[in-house]
Amino acid sequence: MNWITNTLGTSIGKKLFMAVTGLGFIGFLAGHLAGNLTIYGGKDAFNGYAEHLHALGPLLTVAEIGLLTFAAIHVGVGIYLFFQNYAARPVRYAVNKTGGGRTIGSQTMPYTGILILLFIIFHLLNFHFVDKTHTTIFEIVANAFANPIYVMIYVAAMIVVAVHVSHGFWSAFQTIGANHPKYMPIIQVVGIVFSILVGIGFGFIPIYVSILA
Amino acid sequence: MTSKAINLTLKVWRQNGRKDKGRFEEYKANNISTDMSFLEMLDVVNEELTLSGQDPIAFDSDCREGICGQCGCVVDGHPHGHEKGTTLCQLHMRHFEDGDTVVIEPFRARAFKVLKDLMIDRSAMDGIIQAGGFVSVNAGGAPDANAIPISQEIAEKAMDAAQCIGCGACVAACPNASAMLFTSAKISHLALLPQGKPEAARRALSMIREMDALGFGNCSNERECEAECPKEISIVNIARANREFLKAGFFSSVM
Repeated sequence: MNWITNTLGTSIGKKLFMAVTGLGFIGFLAGHLAGNLTIYGGKDAFNGYAEHLHALGPLLTVAEIGLLTFAAIHVGVGIYLFFQNYAARPVRYAVNKTGGGRTIGSQTMPYTGILILLFIIFHLLNFHFVDKTHTTIFEIVANAFANPIYVMIYVAAMIVVAVHVSHGFWSAFQTIGANHPKYMPIIQVVGIVFSILVGIGFGFIPIYVSILA
Repeated sequence: MTSKAINLTLKVWRQNGRKDKGRFEEYKANNISTDMSFLEMLDVVNEELTLSGQDPIAFDSDCREGICGQCGCVVDGHPHGHEKGTTLCQLHMRHFEDGDTVVIEPFRARAFKVLKDLMIDRSAMDGIIQAGGFVSVNAGGAPDANAIPISQEIAEKAMDAAQCIGCGACVAACPNASAMLFTSAKISHLALLPQGKPEAARRALSMIREMDALGFGNCSNERECEAECPKEISIVNIARANREFLKAGFFSSVM
């Protein structure tokens, strides 16, 4: 059994955890966005989507436990890697310049990651762990986004998510070894397009709801 | 082409041995010919320091033609200076302006210890090479040409990876002080060729494990290494090393 820890415990093993869980979240984002877009169909379409989702019952619970496990791995391993990487250069440089490889996304991964974690906790407190007995999800959303501060927090958070995904998407493929002269340029473009879609797709919903209200 | 002379202010990292804390000191480099290499400029400064009874600046150098991998400092935040695809000995003073202030630091990483001033101990990289072990090549008479067919494409890829001179600029450039570009180039150039195939799994596993044990950071695909590499080694090699490692870790019988 030692080979498992000797493989997964290495730098590449830890990054494999980051890549696989990260790709899982990319899938989740796509699904979540597709669901949220029903809000443009109006109140009934959105509430209907929520009802259908909750009708899944135990399947939904399994998905939630899965997401929670993925989050624990992604955050835990990410923080571990961050401190390990920091310790790998005890004396810093006096002059720091980029050779042109880094992007805003790649430079800020640990920080955007922590911001996203804080946002997710905030988001779950807003829309998940609330009393839903005498109200509908549309009303909860409409009430929240009647407050401009909420709109600003949500829009800002979606920009942060887009920045995080802009590096995470192609980086995950690179980590699992999928770098090919034909496909890597496509993966990089898809990653940027996807992060823009996520940023605009999610980010416009609070604005839309607040205008509507 | 006429050469001109420039005057520079150098801020050089001085450190008297491993235990010293180290500090920056300022020097004047006057009347430097723009035809000189960066190392020749340091030679001129050192000659003046020696003649005035001061301790010359210690720095690594050997072949001075960009093939040995011995030289290298971080010049104004760039390993081997700001020119693309050159080592420090190939960096000419014509790329600097008269009156420039130039900050010179050693390559910094936990796995590289500063021995003196700009001189570093890079033996950690030898440790990774040693962990790679051997390749099975039949001894004896010269083999027949083309006895082992290798396509031009594969040969080129292997040669691209084999261009790595092990200078350590990738580690110095990496925000995480990771040695993945170096290690992946070494894993790649052998993994691509039939001669390297028999030991490929064992090689990938031991080199990566050794790299981690030596205290290098983890690759986070920042791409700074490929941007600063004097031999312009591509991060495609890192993806290949990841593939080789994961393949060896999960599908080979090597523990």
